[in-house]
Parts: sequence; structure tokens; C-alpha cells
Amino acid sequence: MAKITASVYTSHVPAIGAALDLGKSGEPYWKKVFDGYEFSKTWLKENKPDVIFLVFNDHATSFSLDLIPTFAIGTAADFAPADEGWGPRPVPEVIGHPRLAAHIAQSVIQQDFDLTIVNKMDVDHGLTVPLSLMCGQPQAWPCPVIPFAVNVVQYPVPSGARCFALGQAIRRAVESYDEPLKVQIWGTGGMSHQLQGARAGLINAAWDNAFLDRLIADPKGLSTMPHIEYVREAGSEGIELVMWLIARGAMADVAGGPPPTVVHRFFHVPASNTAVGHLILDNAA
Amino acid sequence: MSLEKPYLDVPGTTIFDADQSRQGYWLNQFCMSLMKAGNRARFKANERAYLDEWKMSEEQKQAVLARDLNRCIELGGNIYFLSKIGATDGRSFQQMAGSMTGMTEEEYRDMMVKGGRSIEGNRYLGEDGDAQPHRQPQGAAGRTKGA
Repeated sequence: MAKITASVYTSHVPAIGAALDLGKSGEPYWKKVFDGYEFSKTWLKENKPDVIFLVFNDHATSFSLDLIPTFAIGTAADFAPADEGWGPRPVPEVIGHPRLAAHIAQSVIQQDFDLTIVNKMDVDHGLTVPLSLMCGQPQAWPCPVIPFAVNVVQYPVPSGARCFALGQAIRRAVESYDEPLKVQIWGTGGMSHQLQGARAGLINAAWDNAFLDRLIADPKGLSTMPHIEYVREAGSEGIELVMWLIARGAMADVAGGPPPTVVHRFFHVPASNTAVGHLILDNAA
Repeated sequence: MSLEKPYLDVPGTTIFDADQSRQGYWLNQFCMSLMKAGNRARFKANERAYLDEWKMSEEQKQAVLARDLNRCIELGGNIYFLSKIGATDGRSFQQMAGSMTGMTEEEYRDMMVKGGRSIEGNRYLGEDGDAQPHRQPQGAAGRTKGA
């Protein structure tokens, strides 16, 4: 039986990927960001999963306005880093896990979540920046990755409650898989940021830290927070944070198990326009 | 029955909802086309001619030509799509975001390094924060306004 061993949460700012790719990670501005992930890189090496289930959003890259799936699971054997207009990031190809992905798709749909199944998709910074932050610059990513894309571009995005329930369904799906795989689930995006209009540059560090506190201790309560609070308090693009609730919903305590251990917590302002938040929660053995 | 839109009272913020998306479909699809190098080259060679290949409104075309991102958003554009124009021009997300405030690139970057824009006064229309309509444009553009 496969199991969810841990969850990882992180922002996925494109400029972080650019800084790494252009060799700027040692510059004081960026070092403050990357330093927050030094522990995480070691932790990931020591707690290497067999598969990463990576919740992210596509930023008008693979999904244009022609097709806007609310939840889309990548079931392909591999996924190429996308050209987002600046050329593809020089990072390894993402190797999928088609058998587990297909299993999760079937199980989760049978639990009444109407997923879109994607057999061909390039993956943008939303997926590759978290991998870079957690793995550095390896020749290959440490394990297969199942991309799970959530629409947070066109309003309304799925509610926090829906995301939290979906995480629970993903946990049940993983636990019904017949191989003893260690699966990590990552939730990405956020934290507070707004990329548009006169309010561009909004950061709300107090709200972000309260979000982290509640994500750890009261995810069920947090999941009832309405969209408008994310928009008003964390900026129009801060609504990406609903994706963290998918990963949190997959943790053992939500299904009646022991609370997770907070292995690492980091918060920093700014990376470009954005507040960077990062958490690692380990499921108690 | 009309759509529920609880987000219309947030200052300096346009939510990309179904109505905006419908209005901005061709504008955003034009932006998507710039993800191909060949299309970027054709656009740069003759912007007006390239825009005329798309079923965009004249207002949308003028907003793109002027690189007026606030106007593009008002007319249905979304920043993740509009960023393809920025990429074509060699501009970062930070440069694009800053351009919508009236601040210079340096002013905007400094604001971010100092912790970003404060939420205080910027939650609801009618407060007195720096993102409120009566305080636009900000930064250098605001100082030279009417000069």
C-alpha cells in the first residue's frame, strides 16, 4: 500500500527560477530566499519519496482560454519544461508516474471529483520552481512527479473547502494503490501578491503568517475562508493559496491520525512581487 | 439572476471573472500566440498588422500598442496572458507590475524591498491607502501630474 509521507508548501515565483538559472542565487537579494531552502534540500535527500504529487497552477502556458480545467491530473510518462516566452527553463524533463496517476484519477473521480485527465502538457514555472527550490540544480529530478494543475487564473477558482476535501480524496486514492510507494504531496503558489493595477505590490505579512499558523493547526477551519478574503487581504494573485489546502487535506491527522510534525517553516519578503512562504509537514510515523 | 461579485469594492483590483474573460478572449489569445518565436518576430516587425489579424476591439489594439496594461486589464486582459507581451519586449513581471502603478522601476523595486505595499487603507474602496483611485498615479507619475 502506498502512503503519503509528508507535505511540502512553497511559493513558486518565476523570478526565483530565473535567478537560479542565471547564476544569481548568491546575490544578497536572492541569497535570503535560497537560504530558507537549504535545510529543505538536505531534508528531501534524507527523506526521498518514490513519487511527488505536485499541486500547482498553469499560468496561461499549457491552458489558454480555449480550455480551463478546474482540476487537471497529468497522467503522461513525461512533461517538458514550457517556453513561457523567455525560452524553456534549463531544467530536467519531468518524469511522470502514469500508473499511479491513472490510479489516482480513477479513484478520485469515483469519489465525485470530476478531474480532467491530461496526457500531454508542458509544465511552467508553477511546477519547476518548487522542484528547483527543493532540489537545487540536479541533472535529473530525484523521483517521478505527478503534476496536478488547478485553475486559479479565471475566477471563480475552486473553494478552499473543495480543495481540502479533494486532498482527502487523494489520500484515500494513494492508500488504495497496491505498491508500497512513499508519496509526498506538495502545495504551491502564493503567498500574498498582486500583479495588477494600482494595488500591485501588495504584501500582507501578518495575514500570511496567520495563514501558516492555521494551515498547521486548524486546516479545516481555514478551508472555510471565502475567496474574497484571499483577494482582499492577500492580493488578487494571493488566491493561489487555496492550492495549499489540497496538500494539507491529504495529511494523516485530517483522517483521524496524529498531527503532523512541523519540520521546517520559512517566510521572507520579497521575491520580486511576492511574499515567499514555505513549510514542511511530516506525517508522524 | 446576476452573478455574485463580492470583489468589486477592492481598490485598484480587477478580478478576471467570466465576464472579463468573455470580453478579453481574443486579446488574451493574441497574447498566447506570442509564446511562439515566429509570431513574436512577426509582431515586432509590424505590430499593427499583426494585431489586425485578431478579432480584437480597436480599444484593445490601442491599449496593446500603448503597452497600457491597466487599460488592457480593464478591457478583459489577464496579467498571466499579458505577460507574454512583456516577455516579447524583454520585461520582467516586476517591471510590468510596477508600470501599472505610475511608479518608476526603482521606486517600485524599493517599495518591494521595504516589505511591499501596505494593506492598510487598501482593503475597501473609500479608504485612504495608496492604491485608492484618488491617489493615482503613484510615484514619479503622480508628482508630475498636471505639471
